[in-house]
Amino acid sequence: MNVTCDFLVIGAGPAGMAAAATAARLGLSTVLVDEQATLGWQIYRQVEGRGDNPPGVSHLDWVRGAALAAEFRASGAAYQSGTQVWQLDKDRKVYVTDGTKAACIVARRVFIATGAMERPVPLPGWTLPGVMTVGAAQIRYKTSQWVPQDGAWLAGSGPLVWLYAAQVLEAGGRIAGILDTAPPANTARALRHTMGALRNWATVQRGRALQQRVRAAGVAVYKHVSALEAKGDGQLSSVRYCINGQWHEKPASLLLLHQGVVPHAHATLSLDAAHRWDERQRCFAPVVDAWGNLSVDGYAAAGDCAGIVGAEASALQGRLAALEGARALGVIDATQRDAQAAPVRAALLRHLPIRPFLDALFAPRASLFEPADDVLVCRCESVTARQIRDAVALGCVGPNQMKAYTRCGMGPCQGRMCGLAATEIIARTRNVSPSEIGLFHVRPPLKPLSLSEFAALAEG
Amino acid sequence: MAAERITVYVDGAAVTVSANDSAASAALQAGIGYTRLSPITGEKRAPYCMMGMCFECLMVIDGVPSRQACMVTVRPGMRIERQTGARVLS
Ligand SMILES: Cc1cc2nc3c(=O)[nH]c(=O)nc-3n(C[C@H](O)[C@H](O)[C@H](O)COP(=O)(O)OP(=O)(O)OC[C@H]3O[C@@H](n4cnc5c(N)ncnc54)[C@H](O)[C@@H]3O)c2cc1C
Ligand code: FES
Repeated sequence: MNVTCDFLVIGAGPAGMAAAATAARLGLSTVLVDEQATLGWQIYRQVEGRGDNPPGVSHLDWVRGAALAAEFRASGAAYQSGTQVWQLDKDRKVYVTDGTKAACIVARRVFIATGAMERPVPLPGWTLPGVMTVGAAQIRYKTSQWVPQDGAWLAGSGPLVWLYAAQVLEAGGRIAGILDTAPPANTARALRHTMGALRNWATVQRGRALQQRVRAAGVAVYKHVSALEAKGDGQLSSVRYCINGQWHEKPASLLLLHQGVVPHAHATLSLDAAHRWDERQRCFAPVVDAWGNLSVDGYAAAGDCAGIVGAEASALQGRLAALEGARALGVIDATQRDAQAAPVRAALLRHLPIRPFLDALFAPRASLFEPADDVLVCRCESVTARQIRDAVALGCVGPNQMKAYTRCGMGPCQGRMCGLAATEIIARTRNVSPSEIGLFHVRPPLKPLSLSEFAALAEG
Repeated sequence: MAAERITVYVDGAAVTVSANDSAASAALQAGIGYTRLSPITGEKRAPYCMMGMCFECLMVIDGVPSRQACMVTVRPGMRIERQTGARVLS
């Protein structure tokens, strides 16, 4: 069935919930769609499901998430959960599916808030069962309080490593050890951005408290890990890591990887909106103006999908995009928009200046972007780093030629897992910046669709 | 308020899981190790991201192949099976 609305929001994380609530309050007929079953995505996952207000490390996020979810529920915006967007047209026809039937939503404004994903960084053995991401394990914790009992190894760099470790310990689980891959130079680089960090010192303190908690619990923390390997025959059995040129090996049944988060920009890429390479965050992000407007008319994007800003800033940016949407649709004028935006912008100034500090402190180690030749980069099509390098040597200068040549990025994940890694490999092989290489073209459908889903669309 | 517990069948074996869990989470809890074979190399694979990005969790759910198990919430009696054949879309 086709739906028409003023303001369509894609993604029910903090940016999407705040935008939808703001737009609906201003009188726009608003629809929020999200492929997840519940509001709040990763950080505010299950805020509605858990009647108890969890104490401890998750408390503050729970309070903020519950407030946003309540504001959204009270706003009158429509909500379609379990609804995935698989195509966006330039004329703002947005195609969705609930897994059984496809449908089309025609909107006057579309706001994309598809958030972040963990940065995929290929390493030897990362496809073995028993190897997952830290975020994957945290999803199990948030949905059903599952924590590892046999001792999980955590490897990588990023605030999520410490947060998850603290959550596991608090819930009575076991961490075998933390393999910290952040290069030593990160600290000095981060200190150059102390002024920004001072604006939001509470966040820095919260992060330090988490680290202290994890160390105080006696978890072994191995610093300056320069390389990692997952070993096993069809199932993870050990983890190898290198410190100061020395390799070590430890038995492991669960290895959780994390190298920070990057924008999940598949939707904006598929629109052919302008994108930029962000050197500080080592990722591509859509080009947006101060209101989140994209280069494609009637479309906006904000929150982590337009550059990593964190949950609180994402919600604030969502509000700005909704105000601008209301202005563009003639519900408020520019003066009213600016007046309502002023406190939101003031609040953003508390959250944005800390980013350069965090980005520098947890920046991934450069050598991780040069996996050995035999490492699988494309999990779906089983394409190795060597095949990508060979394609470059044969004259495939960009990712799209390389894709046609190797099938890298042609599997069901459509390059979500290998795209950025492949661009980094091509850039290093050619000795140019990733900004010159770009990403794979993203073509609809954004995710594979079955024939029966398509059929429903034709029946209208 | 803990979520209700329900029973699902992972490769035929009954497993009790939270009603909030995904089918992929149920498969992990069942301890079956791998959840699919790579249609390209035959290697064993298992859910990696649990957030709909990697497509490593493709499984046969209630007879329908290639479902993204991490995006499917369990239902009582759900049959969740390893996917060992070629890639198919119903
Ligand atoms: C794995 C992971 C764990 C994290 N854990 C924490 C944490 O513990 N604490 C913390 O402070 N921050 C955490 N973060 C960061 C935090 O989640 C983000 O800063 C914040 O959620 C960004 O908000 P957002 O509204 O921009 O997007 P998100 O909250 O990411 O929301 C995006 C939403 O878009 C939906 N979506 C995406 N594509 C589609 C589509 N095609 N169709 C329909 N819906 C779609 C997704 O289902 C999701 O609900 C984590 C991030 C990740 C990736
Ligand atoms: S586990 Fe990655 S898509 Fe399901």
